[in-house]
Amino acid sequence: MDATEPPVMELRGVSKTFGEVRALSDVDFHVRRGEIVGLLGDNGSGKSTMVKMMMGYHRPDPGGEVWFEGERVQGWSVAKARALGIETVYQERALADLQSVWRNMFMGREPVNRFGLLDIRRMRREAAALMKGHMGFTSGAVHPDNVVQTMSGGEKQGVAITRALFFEARLVVLDEPTMGLSLSETQKTLDFVRSIKEAGRSAVFIDHNVYHVYPVVDRLVLLDRGRIAGEFTPAGITLEQLTDRLRTVARTGRLEG
Amino acid sequence: MAKTGIPPREEVAAEAVPRITPRLFLRRHALTTGTIGIAVVMWTIFIVAAPDVFLNSRIYSAFGITTPLWGMMALALTFVVITREMDLSFVSVMALGMVGFVRVHEFTGSVLLAILACLLVGLACGLFNGFLVAVLGIPSLVITLGTMFFFRGIELALLDGTGVPLTDDAFGTLRDVLNGKTAGIPNEFVWMVIIGVLLWVVLNRTRYGAHLFVVGDNVDSARLMGIRVTRVKMTAFGTLGVVAAFSGMVASMQSSYLWPTLGDGSLLLPIAAVFLGGTSVFGGIGTIFGTFLGALMVGSIQAGVISAGISGFYTQLFFGLIIIVSLVMQTLISRRMRS
Repeated sequence: MDATEPPVMELRGVSKTFGEVRALSDVDFHVRRGEIVGLLGDNGSGKSTMVKMMMGYHRPDPGGEVWFEGERVQGWSVAKARALGIETVYQERALADLQSVWRNMFMGREPVNRFGLLDIRRMRREAAALMKGHMGFTSGAVHPDNVVQTMSGGEKQGVAITRALFFEARLVVLDEPTMGLSLSETQKTLDFVRSIKEAGRSAVFIDHNVYHVYPVVDRLVLLDRGRIAGEFTPAGITLEQLTDRLRTVARTGRLEG
Repeated sequence: MAKTGIPPREEVAAEAVPRITPRLFLRRHALTTGTIGIAVVMWTIFIVAAPDVFLNSRIYSAFGITTPLWGMMALALTFVVITREMDLSFVSVMALGMVGFVRVHEFTGSVLLAILACLLVGLACGLFNGFLVAVLGIPSLVITLGTMFFFRGIELALLDGTGVPLTDDAFGTLRDVLNGKTAGIPNEFVWMVIIGVLLWVVLNRTRYGAHLFVVGDNVDSARLMGIRVTRVKMTAFGTLGVVAAFSGMVASMQSSYLWPTLGDGSLLLPIAAVFLGGTSVFGGIGTIFGTFLGALMVGSIQAGVISAGISGFYTQLFFGLIIIVSLVMQTLISRRMRS
């Protein structure tokens, strides 16, 4: 982490309004290279809106700016975010249940050959390799042609994570990746988050379970009612103090009770 | 191009895809296999019931001329249904495209420009449907019922309710191309095969085709993964518009006359063919091959029941029976595949 280098991604003065509801107001947020940032907040704190903002699904209200590696990005969209190397693992997985594993893995960026036709052989081969190598599927019954619908929650999560990591992602956004997972599957997911850092990439890790977030992040950002309510480093605060703060914020909207 | 990212990047590419056993293959293509099964059973019944009709090539030749007139639209409708939408207006687009054809021919005297105009009108109608559905978000079943009347209304107003003879000698070449014969096979059928092959390639071998499935399967996931949902749906409607206009041209050239009622009564046949072919009304599932088979089945019931000397009103009984049996089979198969 080099503080003089521009952040991988930065949001400056970003607000987002849906009709009467202000989901985010004037948020400044950044992620540096090789940094894992935890984003904490209760339901309705604006976490989901933040996620969708980072990955291009939402555009900031006029006045807000999105910066990527020191350059301002205009016309923010999902396609642009993915082209820059921002990949997201969604809470709702963002899979197409009736489609095969390989179709899900390459959704939205299917490789084509020189005639502009889908390179299906390559997609199936790479999906098979990833399933065996990263997702730990060893049984012959799990074939890249299988439809996602037939898989368990953890396996689906595996597809979603592998999809985000397969491409040269500079920044991986994980939105409640441990939701609905078994203990061992959760452990595997947390190992994934650590491996992102080891590879010198960055990640934003959103979860409302502090016990999952605290041990793997470099920095914690606390979101409350659409505003940044505070920032901590795990070195500067114990887990007990942190949970205490979270309760205070949820109750009063302020850090100090 | 896609490269392997974090974590380890070594082992990718070396792995061979596990082999598909015949059992797995059958399971995966259970729907198509079932449809083929029903088609074969039906055909066998026809042959047993009326051997002199169904072992004679005349029926197939008659059938090859009439089925494509709506069968081509069934193929294109598959795209729309895969995206979880419906279109009822294509029967009117058939006729409206031909109005473009005759008007441009009157003004310019050019058959080529007339053909172009016909297809462009079809495209415009399709994109208009797509705009109402994908941009404004109006349910397609409802809004295309509206555009069905609307397009028909424009056509009737422009034609003043009367037909147009298409007997000009200048149409000779066009008629040969659309309605002639190639190696003894009616060109109508050849065109249906060509369109089928083209649409198959688009659906199964292009990124656009892959996106059609995803959009119909889970539109939210598609958006989150950066797929341009609006554009995908509009293109599907646009494709159907062009194919409908083309079908209108084939039908009108066949009868050398533009009937103002062109397309009336061929709404339900393509829809039946699409669903018979195993395309899901819930979107995300469908094949061009299935629709092709479905069209052949619907077409052969139509031709077969009458030729077999069975009274015409049994056609509907047969239709109903085949559709019910197929849908029950499809439901049972997909339920088994899920468990």
